[in-house]
Amino acid sequence: MQEPAITPDLIEAHGIKPDEYAEILRILNREPTFTELGIFSAMWNEHCSYKSSKKWLRTLPTTGPQVICGPGENAGVVDIGDGQAVIFKMESHNHPSYIEPYQGAATGVGGILRDVFTMGARPIAAMNSLSFGEPSHPKTKRLVHGVVEGVGGYGNCFGVPTVGGELRFHKAYNGNCLVNAFAAGLADADKIFYSAASGVGMPVVYLGAKTGRDGVGGATMASAEFDETIEEKRPTVQVGDPFTEKRLMEACLELMQTGAVISIQDMGAAGLTCSAVEMGDKGELGIRLNLDDVPCREVNMTAYEMMLSESQERMLMVLRPEKEAEAKAVFDKWDLDFAIVGETIPEDKFIIIHKGEVKADLPLRALSGNAPEYDRPHVPTAPAAEMAPVAEVNAIDGLKAIIGSMNYCSRQWVYQQYDTQVMADTLRTPGAGAGLVRVHGTNKVLAFTSDVTPRYVKANPVQGGRQAVAEAFRNLVAVGAKPLATTDNLNFGNPEKPEIMGQFVGAIQGIGEACLALDTPIVSGNVSLYNETDGEPILPTPTICAVGLIDHVDNIIGGDVREGHVALLVGETAGHLGQSALLAEVFNREDGDAPHVDLDAERKNGEFILANRELIRACSDLSDGGLAVAAFEMAEAHGVGISLDASDTATLFGEDQGRYLIACNFDMAEALMVAAADAGVTIQSVGKFHGDAVSFGGIAAPLAELSAQFRGALAERLG
Amino acid sequence: MRAAVITFPGSNCDRDLAVAFESVGAEVTRVWHKDAELPENVDIIGIPGGFSFGDYLRCGAIAANSPVCRAVIDHANRGGYVLGVCNGFQVLTETRLVPGALIRNKNLKFVCKPVTLKVENNETAFTRGYAKGQEIVVPVAHHDGNFRADDELLARLQGEGQIAFTYTDNPNGAAGDIAGVFSENRRVLGMMPHPERAMEPLHGSADGQALFRALVEGLVAA
Repeated sequence: MQEPAITPDLIEAHGIKPDEYAEILRILNREPTFTELGIFSAMWNEHCSYKSSKKWLRTLPTTGPQVICGPGENAGVVDIGDGQAVIFKMESHNHPSYIEPYQGAATGVGGILRDVFTMGARPIAAMNSLSFGEPSHPKTKRLVHGVVEGVGGYGNCFGVPTVGGELRFHKAYNGNCLVNAFAAGLADADKIFYSAASGVGMPVVYLGAKTGRDGVGGATMASAEFDETIEEKRPTVQVGDPFTEKRLMEACLELMQTGAVISIQDMGAAGLTCSAVEMGDKGELGIRLNLDDVPCREVNMTAYEMMLSESQERMLMVLRPEKEAEAKAVFDKWDLDFAIVGETIPEDKFIIIHKGEVKADLPLRALSGNAPEYDRPHVPTAPAAEMAPVAEVNAIDGLKAIIGSMNYCSRQWVYQQYDTQVMADTLRTPGAGAGLVRVHGTNKVLAFTSDVTPRYVKANPVQGGRQAVAEAFRNLVAVGAKPLATTDNLNFGNPEKPEIMGQFVGAIQGIGEACLALDTPIVSGNVSLYNETDGEPILPTPTICAVGLIDHVDNIIGGDVREGHVALLVGETAGHLGQSALLAEVFNREDGDAPHVDLDAERKNGEFILANRELIRACSDLSDGGLAVAAFEMAEAHGVGISLDASDTATLFGEDQGRYLIACNFDMAEALMVAAADAGVTIQSVGKFHGDAVSFGGIAAPLAELSAQFRGALAERLG
Repeated sequence: MRAAVITFPGSNCDRDLAVAFESVGAEVTRVWHKDAELPENVDIIGIPGGFSFGDYLRCGAIAANSPVCRAVIDHANRGGYVLGVCNGFQVLTETRLVPGALIRNKNLKFVCKPVTLKVENNETAFTRGYAKGQEIVVPVAHHDGNFRADDELLARLQGEGQIAFTYTDNPNGAAGDIAGVFSENRRVLGMMPHPERAMEPLHGSADGQALFRALVEGLVAA
């Protein structure tokens, strides 16, 4: 087949900028072949190379005594004691999900699960953070249905419990939805598998599903803005097969037990290209691939198509040659393809042979090492203007407006479509703070949460970045878990615009400060840029997922709110209404500064909760909607009414940070007051759990009526 | 009591079912779907939840034709006990070891939540640990749990005591609110809810335990 000539149009169609192409010419000292151009475009696009973000990502704290492996591998690895490790990461599948919501979301889940079991861990928990356009936008309903069904369709079949997540709606996502998928797995700390190849002449083995033409150019597509030609991009979205992924996981974990695996890398973005280069680069070796042996699903596939295919459920491994028969037997058992497609070579080369022809002969290390890196211009977000005054609202009317809104009503309609309990170790399903999963066969419990408040990040990137980490920290603390580490998924607009780059730089600064202060290093992550359509960017959305550990099931701060329990508020209340849920839902306003995060207070208050957990019957962090919404949600979850003394808008709906609401009996409350005074923590009694109504300063509504509104709102508008 | 739990390539509740049996003292052997024979002296076979062969076709249809299912059918025909949960129930309807069929949920959505079941017949090896009419809480998690039976079959199931459990608040559109049915000899039970996910207070409900306990105690005595 005649390969196309390398023209400026072809280079541009591959997303390669003129100066980047000049660098390619310099490295090769000749014109690249068509296949080589494809390989460069796959390795050097934003999605794979992190060329705009690398400089800033290096500033994040990534180490600590608990960290076994930080960013750079398929997922982060964190010590949880007793020789065990939790392995986790989050990744975006934003662009494909907007084009084809079901398959885009499904393969996002598939990709993140593969990242986790590639390292030798059995996935035990999943979460997802979803952002959609305003509910009235004609595309929103279809996207929500498709994405939720895709997440469920993949995760439910694979057999991992979905234990948490987020769902938000805002007009800034009308042209770009966000689908961020998180997965965590469990492994023995001394049996983690990495991607670095070692040894010359070792067989490179292809495992899993066959290669088709789906997803060719997907990573390049995900590195560009959308415009009116979006519908033409549908063929760049991959198709998922969770049944194959389940078998691939079982086969990989079984194979790892045999000692046959030297290194392993899943084929995600840019498929065979990215995985082979990664293994060679990390192991300081070259790789030679013979594509004649690649299992193909379609006929007459070219070298270019095979190298850029993003067909799902595939793995690349470097194997101990003497274990080949044993390895093949495992894959035969699970009815999966197994083919030796190449070998490691001593030279720094990436050689692709197809039908006896050399299709690519590239310096391997240059593909990742010489990838472009930019220090893009950035301007800080201007400080928010002075906020116009906020009128007092009837407290119950304010509560109803928030809990009945698409953004703050119950997420039950979503999470009931996910299997939340498979593996039979889920101790708390979604809906009330962090999800809890017992470490199988032990009394230890892992806690998982996903958080970010994009409107805060837009108003004040540094404080918004801090707040995302702080809220995640609080959600873990509120269930009694010691926060261990975090993973981030940084979703932003076009980094070539200085104001977008300024949001990015500010948010990273805030995230870094908070992770350092709260001792929750970033151990893995993903960056998704160019989330813009026709020049309109999304809200800056740096999603933070955090993982915590509870050393014994008895130390879970449970949900046990009883009639007569006291409501105690921990933390300082100033009544900050800027960028609040109340402003957005009642006044349709998005002004003011984001609440500022005092990291010392966050740490102190969190430590206070954990140190006194035996005195706490239930605990919730305060976030969107402040005290009023936290109190309502606690009452609603346990079917007990609540009376708060306050009735003023700022006290009830202010979103000051570093706060928790506690339920406990009177004696415990007294003991907590004493302990708080000793610790220098602000604590006050703000009301009482009792009866069957929600009452703020004497204005009341029946709990049952509010609950029906809260639980029904999403189904009513989406069902 | 000896239980065998089958694993199809897409089973994902096989471990959970084995753990549930073991937690009440059963000895459990795991059986791979390509095995044409079951271990000797097995008292009960457990067919777990999951997506046996991906279930892209009718759920359980391929599994029902696997080598191990021929052995399961022989076991049942000899009067042996079988428990099929969720996908296991779908496999049992496809093998015709229990009557009826299971189709997509009425609202077309996957549904995962705790549901309340009413024990309709407590005079069986599976349900003797419950009182007749007792309400128990057990989670469901399925996309295709909408039980179908025509009026004649429904009347027969009711008349012959072949209905094990009904939903008090039907989550999937099942005919007669049926959540679980027995074979004619009441030694094969297929049910959509997952009793292995309701084994201890930490699960949110321990109401499933009585089912496994009754089997362990009853089948040992038999």
